[in-house]
Amino acid sequence: MQLVLEKRAERSNTIALISPLIAIGLTIVTMVILFAILGKNPLLALHAYFIAPLTDGYSLQEIAVKATPLVMIAIGLSLCYLANAWNIGAEGQFLIGAVAGSWIAVKTQGTDVGPWVLPAMLVLAAAAGALYALIPAICKVKFGASEILTSLMLVYVADLFLDYLVRGPWRDPHGFNFPTTAEFDPIATVPLLIEGGRLHLGAMIALLVVAAVAILLGRTIKGFEIRVVGAAPRAARFGGFNANQLVILTFAISGALAGFAGIIEVAGPVGHLQPGISPGYGFTAIIVAFLGRLNPLGILIAGLFVALTFIGGEQAQIAMKIPLDVTKVFQGILLFYVLACDSLILYRFKLVFPNRQVTRGAG
Amino acid sequence: MRKSLLALAAGLLLAGSVGATSAADKLKVGFIYLGPIGDLGWTYQHDLARQALVKELGDKIETTYLENVPEGPDAERSIEQLVRAGNKLIFTTSFGYMDPTLKVAKKYPNVHFEHATGYKRNPNMSTYSAKWYQGRYIQGLIAAKMSKSGVLGYIGSFPIPEVVSGINATMLAAQTINPNIKVKIIWANTWFDPGKEADAAKALIDQGADVIMQHTDSPAAMQIASERGKLAFGQDSEMIKFGPKTQLTSILDTWGPYYIERVKAELAGTWKSEDTWGGLDSHMFAMAPYTNMPDDVKKMAEDAQAAITAGKLHPFKCPIIGQDGKPVECKGGDHLDDGQILGMNFYVKGIDDKLPGK
Repeated sequence: MQLVLEKRAERSNTIALISPLIAIGLTIVTMVILFAILGKNPLLALHAYFIAPLTDGYSLQEIAVKATPLVMIAIGLSLCYLANAWNIGAEGQFLIGAVAGSWIAVKTQGTDVGPWVLPAMLVLAAAAGALYALIPAICKVKFGASEILTSLMLVYVADLFLDYLVRGPWRDPHGFNFPTTAEFDPIATVPLLIEGGRLHLGAMIALLVVAAVAILLGRTIKGFEIRVVGAAPRAARFGGFNANQLVILTFAISGALAGFAGIIEVAGPVGHLQPGISPGYGFTAIIVAFLGRLNPLGILIAGLFVALTFIGGEQAQIAMKIPLDVTKVFQGILLFYVLACDSLILYRFKLVFPNRQVTRGAG
Repeated sequence: MRKSLLALAAGLLLAGSVGATSAADKLKVGFIYLGPIGDLGWTYQHDLARQALVKELGDKIETTYLENVPEGPDAERSIEQLVRAGNKLIFTTSFGYMDPTLKVAKKYPNVHFEHATGYKRNPNMSTYSAKWYQGRYIQGLIAAKMSKSGVLGYIGSFPIPEVVSGINATMLAAQTINPNIKVKIIWANTWFDPGKEADAAKALIDQGADVIMQHTDSPAAMQIASERGKLAFGQDSEMIKFGPKTQLTSILDTWGPYYIERVKAELAGTWKSEDTWGGLDSHMFAMAPYTNMPDDVKKMAEDAQAAITAGKLHPFKCPIIGQDGKPVECKGGDHLDDGQILGMNFYVKGIDDKLPGK
């Protein structure tokens, strides 16, 4: 007897749409059981995770701050994934963007430069992110190299490059050898939206990006091409769409957005370049992209939701003494259910009984 | 059924809030930890101190900690979360929390902060650290006596002064025993990563080192040294159970008395921003028992410890010769002054390595 996955003849669109909600529901049920096993009050724990962060302005701000890079990166990734181009290296593009933008900030430090600094940093970061993403894209188109591998491997290159810079040439001369640049000048930092808070202009930019990509996908021919190439490659070929060109385009856009997110993070909440500027945003964004069904609005919601789990996890640690590991388990379970639900929409389990008489015939 | 569930939910929530009010008159003390509390090294020792604090003053205070907080953009939020949860005294226990702690401290002048191992202070932000280089000096003496190959293996974390001064103190001590002693240094570029630490230990042993010392936080290197039949020093905590035949001694971080003292000051309303840099005499750290060594080496170590504690022996006694062969300026009379040690950014002569970034 064997258990196999068999493709369903037809798929339900409604189910496809609500599948993330089912996944979230199942995650919550699992977490309630887990909390109970840990001897924590499940209702209070869920309250700390999901409700408490939504009840005060400070936490809402922090959720937005946390969601900003996630949403920006995930939006770019969704374009890639829709076009069947698998960019796994957004983390690296994020870092390279941060490095490129920081270059201007570091070089102009302490000098009397004009307000062009920040815009120049943003543009350069996006350009660098795009160029960095083009490496795996071109390798795929020209040489057929797997973009999954090349883009992933370039993450480590970017990581070590950043490491080298902040330990060597860009190190803060007054930083006692700690691997970090000096704090950026105020003119080279992303302005805050609320005085005394941490919410910065980047959050607004993320919203604009969501809107722009929603228009690109929904209202333009390019957007249509991206969706067709991914969903029906054969039809796209007959339609005369150039799949290779779209790989290049989507990689470039997603790299640019990741790089943009990188410099906004560095010139925003962090304020200087250092290793560890990303607690894995580029990878978490992959979860966000799929949780949001590769749909711009969905990604916005998913990004906020994942950010909520970070902030809520911290509050649960403070209020309920729930270990941080539980938050990580929680995020893992969520991804597991999202993938499981997706699989079960497209496939179903089937029991296959092999013919026993034949297999035993020899004996 | 549904109603009873709702009632249950309301009851549970109410029970929670009642619990919260009864705790409200206690002083809330918060801790930010770099690693998991189970790292058996740095963070573990801070948490032991927190537990000692609770044992001593548990009826007057309530403690909360956040573990595994990276030294990056998230730290500021984590510290602020503790402030917003009502903590009035907050210990941030790693160098990399310096700027985030300062940012939050400036924003909340009525909350007091204690930052470990940093150098930036504020009227509501103290710093505290220990003169671990004293312990490193003792380790250097032992290492030089115990090493057969004459090569020591040193796992560094970050090339900040605290770590560099530890390497220098080790070598200055070792050179008094064996002038030709060598040290191999590997920078793990992390405080806590058992995998990397173990790899570093393997690489050092492969390069001929037979005594392993570390400035990282996990017992991984001790385990590798034990497997390979070499000797090693623990770090931060008692690691002898990871190498019963391997550990020579260990520098034990003993933060408990300091935490209790600072919390008592806070309770009494006498807390002031201070810079505390305690040595062996102040019990900010201690040496684990000297094990796996002959009696004469043990006696030498104990004598050195007594001399340092009594202030008779200074690890950075002048003249100190730098890597370039020139003597280092002696600002503290017959030894380097605290500022020179706190900002140490050079290797002493005899270290065959280049300081990263130099």
